[in-house]
Amino acid sequence: MNALLTVKDLRIAFPSRNGPVEVVRGVNFTLGRERLGIVGESGSGKSQTGRAILGLTPSPGLATAKQLEFDGIDLRQASPATWRSLRGARMSMVMQDPKFSLNPVMTIGRQILEALKFHGRESRAASKARAMAMLEAVHIRDPERVFRAYPHELSGGMGQRAMIAMMLVSEPDLLIADEPTSALDVTVQIEVLRILDNLVSERGMGLIFISHDLRLVSSFCDRVLVMYAGKVVEELRASDLAKAQHPYTQGLMNCLPKIEGGARPLPVLQRDAAWAT
Amino acid sequence: MGNVMIDINSLDVTFRRGRDVVRAVSDVSFSVTEGECFGIVGESGSGKSTVLRAICGLAPATAGNISVNERQLSRPRDAAFYRSVQMVFQDPYASLHPRHTIDGVLSEPLAIHRFDRAEERIENALRDVGLGSDFRFRYPHQLSGGQRQRVAIARALILEPKVLLLDEPTSALDASIQAEVLNLLDRIRSERGLTYVMVSHDLAVVAHMCDRLIVMQHGRAVEELTREGLLSQSARTDYSRQLLAASKGYSASSPQQV
Amino acid sequence: MTVASRREWLLSDRPESRRQARLGQIYRTWLSFKTNWLAMIGLGIVLLLCVVAVFADVIAPYDPVIGGDLRTERFLPPFTGDHLLGTDDLARDIFSRIVHGARLTLMVVALVAVIATPIGLLVGTTSGYFGGWVDTVLMRVTDIFLAFPRLILALAFVAALGPGIENAIIAIAITSWPPYARLARAETLTIRDSDYINAARLQGASSARILWGHITPLCLSSVIIRVTLDMAGIILTAAGLGFLGLGAQPPQPEWGAMIASGRRFIIDFWWVATVPGIAIFVVSLGFNLLGDGLRDVLDPKAHGNTDTAKARP
Repeated sequence: MNALLTVKDLRIAFPSRNGPVEVVRGVNFTLGRERLGIVGESGSGKSQTGRAILGLTPSPGLATAKQLEFDGIDLRQASPATWRSLRGARMSMVMQDPKFSLNPVMTIGRQILEALKFHGRESRAASKARAMAMLEAVHIRDPERVFRAYPHELSGGMGQRAMIAMMLVSEPDLLIADEPTSALDVTVQIEVLRILDNLVSERGMGLIFISHDLRLVSSFCDRVLVMYAGKVVEELRASDLAKAQHPYTQGLMNCLPKIEGGARPLPVLQRDAAWAT
Repeated sequence: MGNVMIDINSLDVTFRRGRDVVRAVSDVSFSVTEGECFGIVGESGSGKSTVLRAICGLAPATAGNISVNERQLSRPRDAAFYRSVQMVFQDPYASLHPRHTIDGVLSEPLAIHRFDRAEERIENALRDVGLGSDFRFRYPHQLSGGQRQRVAIARALILEPKVLLLDEPTSALDASIQAEVLNLLDRIRSERGLTYVMVSHDLAVVAHMCDRLIVMQHGRAVEELTREGLLSQSARTDYSRQLLAASKGYSASSPQQV
Repeated sequence: MTVASRREWLLSDRPESRRQARLGQIYRTWLSFKTNWLAMIGLGIVLLLCVVAVFADVIAPYDPVIGGDLRTERFLPPFTGDHLLGTDDLARDIFSRIVHGARLTLMVVALVAVIATPIGLLVGTTSGYFGGWVDTVLMRVTDIFLAFPRLILALAFVAALGPGIENAIIAIAITSWPPYARLARAETLTIRDSDYINAARLQGASSARILWGHITPLCLSSVIIRVTLDMAGIILTAAGLGFLGLGAQPPQPEWGAMIASGRRFIIDFWWVATVPGIAIFVVSLGFNLLGDGLRDVLDPKAHGNTDTAKARP
């Protein structure tokens, strides 16, 4: 299978008073047209990994890698023009909270059209038709109203669906979803995940799903990477989660409270300093 | 055992701002016996946090009545109330004053209520929540989320209340830290015989901690369940069942939303 | 304690007393401030002003008020003999007048800050915290004071009470506090419903305790920054009043009054008016640089909250 994305020895360092601090320390993985989940707690470096793939490492951070290739294009040396042609068109990102990731002073329709305008040369009517089709594809029942609405007029779930529409309208090959459902209510989460599921399957996209929720990721993705302190501590197929080898993954699974009842007190994750080396 | 610690009857909380009327809580009733952990589950906008705030007096109860330990609550609440009911807030990054040291945070309630032996109480409080005395003179920004939440718990406990109101105490914490904090809360409740009212959107957390719970939606109490009822799938209303199913995680065959 | 161990003590992340914690915070803020060389220049200028003002009697070689020989020592250019900056039309040593004038300038600045800041903080925090009609009344009062242009008000004061630097100070202070009140009110509105304020209420804290112990410390940074940046304007206003003859009266060596009296000779004897002008410029610049530096260091937004807020619905 031809890899869509290849990452070898990705390192991201931020300067500090005591010298550079590496928040991502040598991450390797490949991604085909499949779903990869990256799971970790706060500080594990999972979000930074996602952003580095899109070249969005915030300054003064510095991302370096032995290989960072998307469909044959070397991303490490990419010029701003190359990035512009890639981002939004072939690689997209859905972020956590639509309150903060949608432009509050532009209508949804305008934001979607902007994404299209930049990457296509269709007439305005054709673009609008595509945008409306996309809004319907994310199960928005009244696409005309949402097209004309501002982000603050939409609920969290609708806003996130609008964000997904915006990011998928130009039919990218790779979608990075950074905690896309964490800010949503649990019933809405399921709905949004279903939409994402269908769209990704239909279009044959590669998906990187970044989350802190191990169970959710394993129920949604094909493969899972577990990150701790900037490193990948385990890589496994989602169906093999019960057979996880690394104590961190096992600990993470076991320390969650379960509706069906479980141990009381909850088994606490015993951190081993060796994991962070 | 079993005198009623908290009794809520037909509670209504309505916020009015000009012509906007928001009925955050409508006709909610429940009671909590002493020593019990009672859960309130709901999604955003369900009014669950507003119920807690109404108990404390932070939100106005526009109708219905609330009694704690068989006393009707005065408005505004009095000092005796604050010594018997305390609250732990959701966001550990927002519930500690950024310019006060931990020592300041813990000594203030003692100063307000004129407790004696303040030094001893502060040291004990920190130890009870698993923080060493190293932490006493640090500022909140030097602490992690889990440590801050422990300080918030210590602050709530330092006045030796009988009732602890917990507003999503672990939803802003990582899973591994959540386990530690939930265990801490469990231990403290059994050691001191406290009564808890815990609000959460996470059904698993509530099912783990609480003996009984109510499910709220759009300001109303939809259903009251026991832990066993929850586990045996005997939820009666559609919404409760939907919530239960959604809490189990995603599967391609999950039922469509109502 | 040696220097190295004292530094370690201050920077320790396990402070053992309130004092150590607070001093440690101040020291960290200082370290951060030190990295900004422009701000350090500003600080240096302000400190120089203070030192010169305090030790004016020692530093100034001549009496600022009594001139020398009116026949031979008028209008001496700078660097003549030991008149570092020359003499003016009444044969007074300009350097000594500048030095004593620093005292007046510092007095104006300090008194205005000490009078206006507490009033502004009190009005702003009370107004923001209580809301409702308290807010409305206090803000309308603030608006009334904001509506007065400083110079016009000073004129009114002078007409009523007579000219003099004390009245000028009162006039300036009265017109300075409204912006601080507005600022304090804005900060208070932002934090009024925070969980830590709610927690304090839930402990039974009285409103006074909350206002003084919780809200004011958080407003203090913004207000201090604003006051420091306003200093330049206050100095210029006092100089302006002096220039108009409404502030310090001759023969007081107030810098603005010196410019006014030296205006006539600016073509032939430029230094009489220019030197006090430069002094005003330097001190205003110093306060501006200091204020900018303080803002970079004290503004919580500039620090950036590096804690990653965890995902939550």
